[in-house]
Amino acid sequence: MTIASSARRRLRLSTDTLEIGVMALLLAASFGFFTLMAPGFLSGANIRSMAVQLPELGLLSLAMLLPIISGGLNLAVTFTANIAGLTTAWLVQNALGDAGALGLVVSVGAGLAVGAAAGFLIGVIVARVGAHPILVSLGVMIFLQGLGEFLTRGGGISGMPASFQWIGGGSVLGVPVPILVFLLAAAALAYFMQFTRTGFSIHMVGSNLRATEYSGIDVRRVLITLYTISGLLAAIAGMVMLARFNSVRVGHGESYLLITVLACFLAGANPFGGFGRVLPLVLGLMSLQVIASGMNLMGASQHLSIAVWGAFLIVVMTLRMPFLKRS
Amino acid sequence: MGDIALRADHVSKVFGHSRVLDDVSFELRRGEVLCLAGENGCGKSTLIKILNGVHAPEAGAVFSFGDDTAIGHITPREARARGIHVIWQDLALFAHLSVAENIVFDDYVANPMRPLSYRAARQQAREVIERLGVQLDPDTRVEELSIARRQLVAIARVLRAGARIIFMDEPTASLTRNEVRTLLDLTRALSAQGISIVFVSHRLAEVLAVCQRVTVLRNGKLVGTYPTEGMTQARLSQLMTGQELNLVPRQTAPSGEPVLELRGLSRRGEFEDVSLTLNRGEILGLTGLLGAGRTELAHVVFGMTQPTAGEMRMHGKRLTLRSNRDAIRHGIAYVSEDRLNLGLVQSQSINMNTAVTVLGELEKPRGFLAPWRVRALTAEWIRRLGTKVSDAELAVSSLSGGNQQRVVIAKWLATKPEVLILDCPTVGVDIGAKAGIFEIIRQLADDGMAIILISDEAGEIWMNADRVIVLREGRVSQELTPADTTEESLEEIINA
Repeated sequence: MTIASSARRRLRLSTDTLEIGVMALLLAASFGFFTLMAPGFLSGANIRSMAVQLPELGLLSLAMLLPIISGGLNLAVTFTANIAGLTTAWLVQNALGDAGALGLVVSVGAGLAVGAAAGFLIGVIVARVGAHPILVSLGVMIFLQGLGEFLTRGGGISGMPASFQWIGGGSVLGVPVPILVFLLAAAALAYFMQFTRTGFSIHMVGSNLRATEYSGIDVRRVLITLYTISGLLAAIAGMVMLARFNSVRVGHGESYLLITVLACFLAGANPFGGFGRVLPLVLGLMSLQVIASGMNLMGASQHLSIAVWGAFLIVVMTLRMPFLKRS
Repeated sequence: MGDIALRADHVSKVFGHSRVLDDVSFELRRGEVLCLAGENGCGKSTLIKILNGVHAPEAGAVFSFGDDTAIGHITPREARARGIHVIWQDLALFAHLSVAENIVFDDYVANPMRPLSYRAARQQAREVIERLGVQLDPDTRVEELSIARRQLVAIARVLRAGARIIFMDEPTASLTRNEVRTLLDLTRALSAQGISIVFVSHRLAEVLAVCQRVTVLRNGKLVGTYPTEGMTQARLSQLMTGQELNLVPRQTAPSGEPVLELRGLSRRGEFEDVSLTLNRGEILGLTGLLGAGRTELAHVVFGMTQPTAGEMRMHGKRLTLRSNRDAIRHGIAYVSEDRLNLGLVQSQSINMNTAVTVLGELEKPRGFLAPWRVRALTAEWIRRLGTKVSDAELAVSSLSGGNQQRVVIAKWLATKPEVLILDCPTVGVDIGAKAGIFEIIRQLADDGMAIILISDEAGEIWMNADRVIVLREGRVSQELTPADTTEESLEEIINA
């Protein structure tokens, strides 16, 4: 059918740019709106605070994007971040605190390794057992939650050396470190998804795992790799959180979990897998942050801005629907 | 004209800028089996949807029903009231419900608040099943039935709903020979009861066997309606494609040295004691009924499953395959019969589907998979195989069956295989495009590739294979050379 395919062609050519365009537009619109409406929105202090707040949700959303593109989910991202933070904090306070910079590096490395291991565990179970990622990651999430609460007896660990807190509060050439960490991670992930065979395979697996396997792709390895990276990204979020609050507690950031899913879908990731891009996600996250900060400046409650996020998603979905249906 | 069940004149349909149907006329007699033939995209489906009330035609169309009614278009409700029903290829049954519940389902569409009585449903279902003269247990859940039995349920369902005109969309596509025969018999029985049937099928032999007349569409225009008596397959395919197809049996080339040898290969429950030798530059036809173990054997040679006994040798060396990655490394490629689910990742691009088998070679240096290398590879294969692609970034699902199959073949040729296994490579491919696919396959063999061609179409095998191995119930029942036999006797051997 020539019409159908020509319509599809027009559509397809624009789908990639469409999502980026939509997200850029939303960002510009929300930015413009709050510049006009919220006093002090453009102030250095506000911009800086946005740049410090965004990365936590941002890194967790990156950790969620990868499994979503592969047709799954990683519900354990927030608790993975907690466990990673706990590992680092515990090591600093009980074992390596006196070892100086090297001790700090080793502690951070260990925290990241624990996060990656949590992801690896999910990946192995998904790949070997073939259970649905929602179930597997839910199991791991509850496991990590219980384990963390058991080890910390429900309390937290606080008091990190100033050199570590730099990750949360420092800046390089005036740019806050957290946003740098986030943007670097986003750029690395974007590269990985677009320019490596594993990234390529993750898209294929997300659309049709069996056909990908028939094509000679080691789908188990792809799954294990992607969940490991997801765990690693969550652990980086855990480091930023630990550094910013100077403390870590199991359950910290728990409310971010479903918002990371929202952010991915807002950015046009396909709920059924196969499609999703990093750049629109970054732009979408920025819009969410702009809305939250702007409303805060206008004196609205934080809960109201979460309600606005939800409404935002519904509006964007509705606008996008006619395009999706035709394709 | 009292014997006209449905007549439609001046039917046109425009989607966007393209005229999908252009002033088509259609006439169906009472109790007739009519075939609606044409290549993909000729407007068949659109015509069916218009006659069934799904799409409204452009102004000017006239429908009549053998009485005095003449209307401009049919609403779905009116189509139902006049007993017009379509059985789509996917059958649209409720897999988790019982046969009886599926059959009486439409009663509850008309009257959703009506309480469901299982006893009544079972009784009503039984009556329809009896009328069909088939064996079906009303209590079985539909998901437990074979495709052929599900089709009977779908037919019973429309009969129960009072069907007088039934459109069947590709009803034989996933049936075995015997099941097809049963269906064709059933079709004749229904037409004897005064029910008119419109049959949409790619398989010309069936069309000619069961239909009284055939209506041919090409590019949205009516080519004509012809009696099937005296019609040949060649003539019909010429009407459908608008071009003469000159299919000639393959000139058997002297075959080269053995590439792949199977010795007593078995996989419990699937096939047993299969021995064969595949030579360089040869097309080995592997045939037999669906379920004879053809695909299962191919899966073992491709490393997807492991044999339980026997051995494989390649160039005389023993071959152990733990996965299909091992097979690909050894130069074995497999074009699956299930292009939709296993052959291609339908929603991803033509570029990605072509490159997926050779990512390791394209990722140079390691860790950098250049998109332009992917595009260059795809463009090269599009050129070499003559695939019709407007934009390789499009989802591969946007291509026609024949072009999709070219993408599948391309992605395997990219691995430079020595052994290429083609499992029913022309399923869902237009007649015109089939010849093109076989031209490619023959050329590959001429260039020295060893090819296993799996098919249950005797004609395809007879035309293209140098040697034929017939499987029956998992065992090799016969080995023969097409040159020593006729297409008809090969057909008989397969179905014996």
